[in-house]
Amino acid sequence: MSFLDFSRITKTYPGVKALSDVSFGVDKGAVHGLMGENGAGKSTLIKILSGDQHADDGEIRIDGKVQAYASTRDAFDNGVIVIHQELQLVPELTVAENLSLGRFPASAGIIAGRRMLDDVGAKLKSAGIDIDMRRKVKTLSIGERQMVEIAKAIMLDARVIALDEPTSSLSSRESEILFSLIDRLRGEGKVIIYVSHRLDEVFRLCDSLTVLRDGKLAAHHASLKGVTRDQVVAEMVGREISDIWGFRPRKSGDIRLKVDTVSGAKLKTPASFEARAGEIVGFFGLIGAGRSELMRLVFGADHRSGGTITVDGKVVGATDPHDAIRAGIVLCSEDRKHDGIIQGRSIEENINISSRRHHARFGVLNRASEIETAETFIKKLKVRTPSRKQDIINLSGGNQQKVILGRWLSEQGVRVLIVDEPTRGIDVGAKSEIYELLYQLAEDGMAIIVVSSELPEVMGICDRILVMCGGRISAELVRDQFAEKAILAAALPDKKTPDAIAS
Amino acid sequence: MTHRLKKLLLGEQGLVVIFIVAFALVSALVPNFLTDRNMLGLLQSVVTVGIVACTMMFCLAARDFDLSVGSIVAFAGMVAVMASNYTGSILLGLLAAIACGAFVGFINGVVIAKFRINALITTLATMQIVRGLALIASDGRAVGINSPDFYQLALSKLLGIPTPIWILALLFGIFGFVLNRTVFGKNTLAIGGNPEASRLAGVNVDRTRIWIFALQGVVCGIAGILLASRITSGQPNAAVGLELSVISACVLGGVSLAGGRATMSGVIVGVLIMGIAENAMNLLNIPAFYQYIVRGVILLLAVLLDNLRSSALGRR
Repeated sequence: MSFLDFSRITKTYPGVKALSDVSFGVDKGAVHGLMGENGAGKSTLIKILSGDQHADDGEIRIDGKVQAYASTRDAFDNGVIVIHQELQLVPELTVAENLSLGRFPASAGIIAGRRMLDDVGAKLKSAGIDIDMRRKVKTLSIGERQMVEIAKAIMLDARVIALDEPTSSLSSRESEILFSLIDRLRGEGKVIIYVSHRLDEVFRLCDSLTVLRDGKLAAHHASLKGVTRDQVVAEMVGREISDIWGFRPRKSGDIRLKVDTVSGAKLKTPASFEARAGEIVGFFGLIGAGRSELMRLVFGADHRSGGTITVDGKVVGATDPHDAIRAGIVLCSEDRKHDGIIQGRSIEENINISSRRHHARFGVLNRASEIETAETFIKKLKVRTPSRKQDIINLSGGNQQKVILGRWLSEQGVRVLIVDEPTRGIDVGAKSEIYELLYQLAEDGMAIIVVSSELPEVMGICDRILVMCGGRISAELVRDQFAEKAILAAALPDKKTPDAIAS
Repeated sequence: MTHRLKKLLLGEQGLVVIFIVAFALVSALVPNFLTDRNMLGLLQSVVTVGIVACTMMFCLAARDFDLSVGSIVAFAGMVAVMASNYTGSILLGLLAAIACGAFVGFINGVVIAKFRINALITTLATMQIVRGLALIASDGRAVGINSPDFYQLALSKLLGIPTPIWILALLFGIFGFVLNRTVFGKNTLAIGGNPEASRLAGVNVDRTRIWIFALQGVVCGIAGILLASRITSGQPNAAVGLELSVISACVLGGVSLAGGRATMSGVIVGVLIMGIAENAMNLLNIPAFYQYIVRGVILLLAVLLDNLRSSALGRR
């Protein structure tokens, strides 16, 4: 028997069997990878481990003892800590205060500030985390906040630490620090569950690996020796994927979108570029290079202070998303949760929100055509859901992304589709589906702009790449000029070398 | 058995079930409750709250809030009476009242949507300004209605049912339709669900919010006219505290204060539950002081039930 044992875990949600009969074990001092497509059941399993949800059947044992948690707090007290994608820190408090929250050293209700700093400082030092304890959490970068979360787990003497997609918003350098921290925790005999989509990371970090597919155990590798990446991908998807990009060349037509010296409050240097009908243009750069800011200006999400935008030779006048949409420009934002989905409303409404004006006469909706539109795109984009009436919040990230693409595809007359980090947090299978969709749309004559921080992705699917650095477009390469070194060099501010972030 | 009961109470229609049970219980236990006379009286007593709840539902569904409704109702009533006395035309008086209501609502909407001032603060301010206007216009006294035709608005009957109840029913129908079957209604719910995502999906958020408040003003104007007609005068102190009753009725009806969730049927049930509770307590001669407590307890219970239902549905 292993130190941490999942035994026959089963969990059903209305309409979905999230987990069925999942059993595996993890040893002490091991980093255990948990992989699977969106909706495979990883998050559910982690929620059950953290006491947030209860399994319908089966049990979790730690050190041979059956664990039954009433709440996440209960799991906490038993040394099980889950670090979520959305971090759970209080922005207005300092690092030290966050780390002492719930256990402030105090006498008569007055916090012993000195003692708090000493306690926290000692722990941070022993964990090798270098952060100023007096800083407010809101002033920290996302990477630093992640460190604080992990420090919290260390402070609590966690036995089991689960990390849910920890690197999804970290820079490469921050990821490196995280990895060395995880190595240290492994050395201390903790059990670490590492949930990730990134094969590179899993192969680099993990000792063992479990793959889930459709709520069932697809594979369990007690050791990663001799296991290949292709094999794991096949286990996740249930079939072999030879080339996830599936790029195919196509002819591009006339200039569709022309952006001329556009600038705004968050993009001081005026930027200009063009995209042709049938062309897929990639925008690569580091986080903060100004790519999303530029796209938000093009879409009218932020106020444009200068420059002109033309679609098929016609100037897009005002600066508001609804004007851009009427001119044929649409944008899938990088932050799906905040800028994309309408929580609490159905898939159907999320698809129809923009295009429903086409179904309405004098403001009154045509229900039949709305339902038909929703059903069409659910089917066309292979959204996995029991019904169009399902609340969008219940869908996995990949399926939410498809619904948002459906929202724009149901708009009539889209000429320019901008997708910002279209595959962030999305599994391999859904990725391929999304790329294929982009090719089809380009073949139909749309101009497509892909903003991505993943170099292989932009190199894999784009006809042309524009590189941004420090708020300006620093290079332009067509497909036969694509070279990792050149693109990275253009993306980096002068001092750093390409090798520092290429990993 | 208990499982099925739980499912029934916590399901989509749980509130309606509770309403029917409560109605049956009150009918059986409270003497003189289930009589034609009392039923009409009950409905008439909820006309003001019910009418204003129609648009308050939109306001709350869009994550907004309107505290100024009570003041607008009183002000519109004053305007209706004074304008019809002055011009000698009831129609002009009514139009003036509705126009004034719409104007105040429009101002609320513009300040909230365009200048991005918190709705609570904005309407707290207009609530006091408008109440002040009503008091100044009348010098703090009630203004009597000159033309008896004005009373007829509230007294006239169609098929034995007073006109205000017909108007209430009509507005319930109209706003139920608007919420579910029009672009405006769906956009309202979307804005409440996620304002930024709605804006980026091409919804004209500012314009929708201004419309919601302007409509709220129009509807308050209608409620003010009917109230003035019923009490045969314009009262500057009418409808004090109305905003709280209306918001309670909406919340009771399952409208989420966090936005994005509202149904007309829920709001109707909410309004009726408040009306029945008050009516039954009056019939039982429970002193008014105790009625406050009962109303508060009902509201708390309803919200607790709603919370249970949300977690039963697996939402967070």
